[in-house]
Amino acid sequence: MRHLRLPRQPMLRHLVLALGGALVLFAVTSAVGPYDDYQIGQIGIDAVAIAGLTLLTGTNGQISLGQGAFIMVGAYGAGMLLVHTKLPIALALLLGVVISAAAGALIGLPASRLRGPYLAGMTLALAVGLPAIPVEFAGVFGGEQGLNVNPPVPPAGIDPQRWLTWIVLVAVLVMLVLLGNLVRSRFGRAFRAVRDDEVAAAISGIAVAHTRVTAFAVSAAAAGLAGGLLGLSTGGVVPDAFSVGLSISLLAGMVLGGTGRVLGAWWGAVILVYVPQWSASVSDGLGLRQGQSSNLALLFYGLVLIVVILVAPDGIQGRLVHLWSLVTRRSTPRPGGGAVDPDRAPASHSEDHETREALA
Amino acid sequence: MRQPRPDRAMPRWHRGPVVAVCAMAMVVGACSSSSGSSGSSTGAPANNAVGVTSSAIELGTTTPLTGPAAPGYDEIAPAADAYFKYVNAHGGVFDRKIDYTILDDQYNPASTATLTRQLVLQDGIFADVGPLGTPTVEQVSSFLNSEGVPTVYVESGCNCWNNPNLPDTFGWQPPYTDEGKILGQYITQHLSGDKVGYLYQDDEFGQDGVKGLDQEVSASNVVSQQTYTATPQALAAGLGSQISALKQAGAKVVVLYTIPAATALAMLAAATIGYAPQWVISSVGADPPTLTGLLSSFSKGAAGAALLNGAITAAYLPPLTDATDPWVVGFKKILAQYDPGAPWDGNSEYGVILGYTFVQALQAAGKNLTRSALVQAIEHHGASFDNPGLVPFTFSPTNHYGYQGGEVTQLEDGGQTINALTPRLVTTLNGPITETTWPLSTPPADFGS
Repeated sequence: MRHLRLPRQPMLRHLVLALGGALVLFAVTSAVGPYDDYQIGQIGIDAVAIAGLTLLTGTNGQISLGQGAFIMVGAYGAGMLLVHTKLPIALALLLGVVISAAAGALIGLPASRLRGPYLAGMTLALAVGLPAIPVEFAGVFGGEQGLNVNPPVPPAGIDPQRWLTWIVLVAVLVMLVLLGNLVRSRFGRAFRAVRDDEVAAAISGIAVAHTRVTAFAVSAAAAGLAGGLLGLSTGGVVPDAFSVGLSISLLAGMVLGGTGRVLGAWWGAVILVYVPQWSASVSDGLGLRQGQSSNLALLFYGLVLIVVILVAPDGIQGRLVHLWSLVTRRSTPRPGGGAVDPDRAPASHSEDHETREALA
Repeated sequence: MRQPRPDRAMPRWHRGPVVAVCAMAMVVGACSSSSGSSGSSTGAPANNAVGVTSSAIELGTTTPLTGPAAPGYDEIAPAADAYFKYVNAHGGVFDRKIDYTILDDQYNPASTATLTRQLVLQDGIFADVGPLGTPTVEQVSSFLNSEGVPTVYVESGCNCWNNPNLPDTFGWQPPYTDEGKILGQYITQHLSGDKVGYLYQDDEFGQDGVKGLDQEVSASNVVSQQTYTATPQALAAGLGSQISALKQAGAKVVVLYTIPAATALAMLAAATIGYAPQWVISSVGADPPTLTGLLSSFSKGAAGAALLNGAITAAYLPPLTDATDPWVVGFKKILAQYDPGAPWDGNSEYGVILGYTFVQALQAAGKNLTRSALVQAIEHHGASFDNPGLVPFTFSPTNHYGYQGGEVTQLEDGGQTINALTPRLVTTLNGPITETTWPLSTPPADFGS
């Protein structure tokens, strides 16, 4: 264990971690059936959307209830390219990300003047309003029926669902490496400086409004990738899929996973994908009438969210980091030192905040 | 401050994430192993008999059981299941018992996408029977067809289910446009000279209905067209402004392409301002028991079924209240026994008859049940299925709609009496409207017991 050391240089470290993650995910996706592959792909998609949100909210301090809207922009951007052109998938996804980032910058401009509840209100309006556009301009966007995106054809011998999941996971890991690097870069430091104190940041020569717009664009780029992948993996893009509920659940996933922690996005995504399914199967097992058991499933889901928040107010990743630090401390007792070091108390982890936020 | 030990170039907690990734992988692995055996390997034609054994047929579907679309619609799939249970109690179909998995998608296409994959990839269903909604099923139709899963009797009147690109998909209820034509022709023939106004849901449902109306009602007679969106917020605001606009335009006939909640809001808004037009309501929003409940709950008991008197609508299924119809008597009995507590209304009638139509298809597909046998059975024998409805099925290799027609009816006695105003009519999306001579079918003597 002592020899397991990650490179200090952020790019290298993130690449090593992503590669390790990719190997684990490759092993897992190869071992399970097609439905589990699909679910793992969904986790990856949610994770990248949450990672974008956590960068905006956790690192830059801007609350957004509109992440679902940027997912929609990316889904329609990439989806329309895939339907109407013969672009390779990677290029279509990339352009979807660019379109979504541009939309993010556009929305970021007015948003950079808003704070707190006003910003939340504006992004909420975006999440509510945007899905009406494809319905209104049905000729261009296919209306409520949306777009049918044909799935990629896998090489012979590979299950199509597994192939799709691999495409999703590769794209997600690439994006997470980029996000992780950004957080550790000059931009990331500027994001945090603006979050912590705008005046101080401005005095230090950081262009506050510019930084806030950049954070919005980066966050939207991640959401755009999630959207493009969502269209690809579900085979369709319909406006109703991007309801306000999507944005809210991503926000919940972010908080549950650990706000400001890119790795926490994975935990949040696991919860968003598996807990509703688990609660449905638990309530189904009670032998109630259909309507009752499906309402009970929502109750279970809510209870799980409440319990997680109570047990882990700084998110699952925050708790894990804390537990890990306790474990490692115990294994290397120090002369005269207790198990708890005031500097490392859970409430005051701002010291390592910067580095922990990075893609682990 | 502690200093890092010299042999640790990097603070310890940097290794935390590595462990977390591994732990996460294990959780995913655990989740996946607990979720049961994986179903089909995808897309291969060899999967023609997935979900069929010598003793069972696995079916599944997605439908809203919770959420804003659930009231009313949550009765449909359980009513179909009640019919399947009735069939199982009588020996099943070719000795196979039907197992029907109903999953709650809350009318959210994102959930439909996931749950449909659960049914197909994990549970290994033979067919998706009665998935509800246009945007929801659109989201999964190409997936289902690429997997070769028959999507039988989509619960939506979209014109999109008869699509050569979706060879395994079938509709069931009449397309909204067909119904609009039939209602429009009645208005032109019997309410001519009256100014007509429309109030419709501003989506595919309403727009398709208006397409049909526009084919039959002269544009010069239409004095006002009002719309609403089917969001909880819009409905909470009521339909007062739309109804006022219709009244001011002088509409004597108001056509409603509305869901039941919006029908009730429109009627209450009109009653409030003393406006009593001739209502003409799409069958989607005209179920008397549902409307009676909504009218009384929205008005806190001040109004009720009396507002329904005289309203004109269209029907393709037998009248709920017809105690002389042996189909209605039998289906009511089946529902009471196998889904006790479920109300007898338009939704449960729809579900139980849809279930009946699916069993017809299973019987026509024969003893060696495969997916392609099922699809061919509907295409080649669907038009001659035993059919409790008022009009024939139009299934054929080139037509994947079910019902295409109905009769115009009028509600009296607060919906307790449903009178036919026209003969039974059939039509197509762009063709003429004609009377049908198709004889109503009768069930076996002991049907339902």
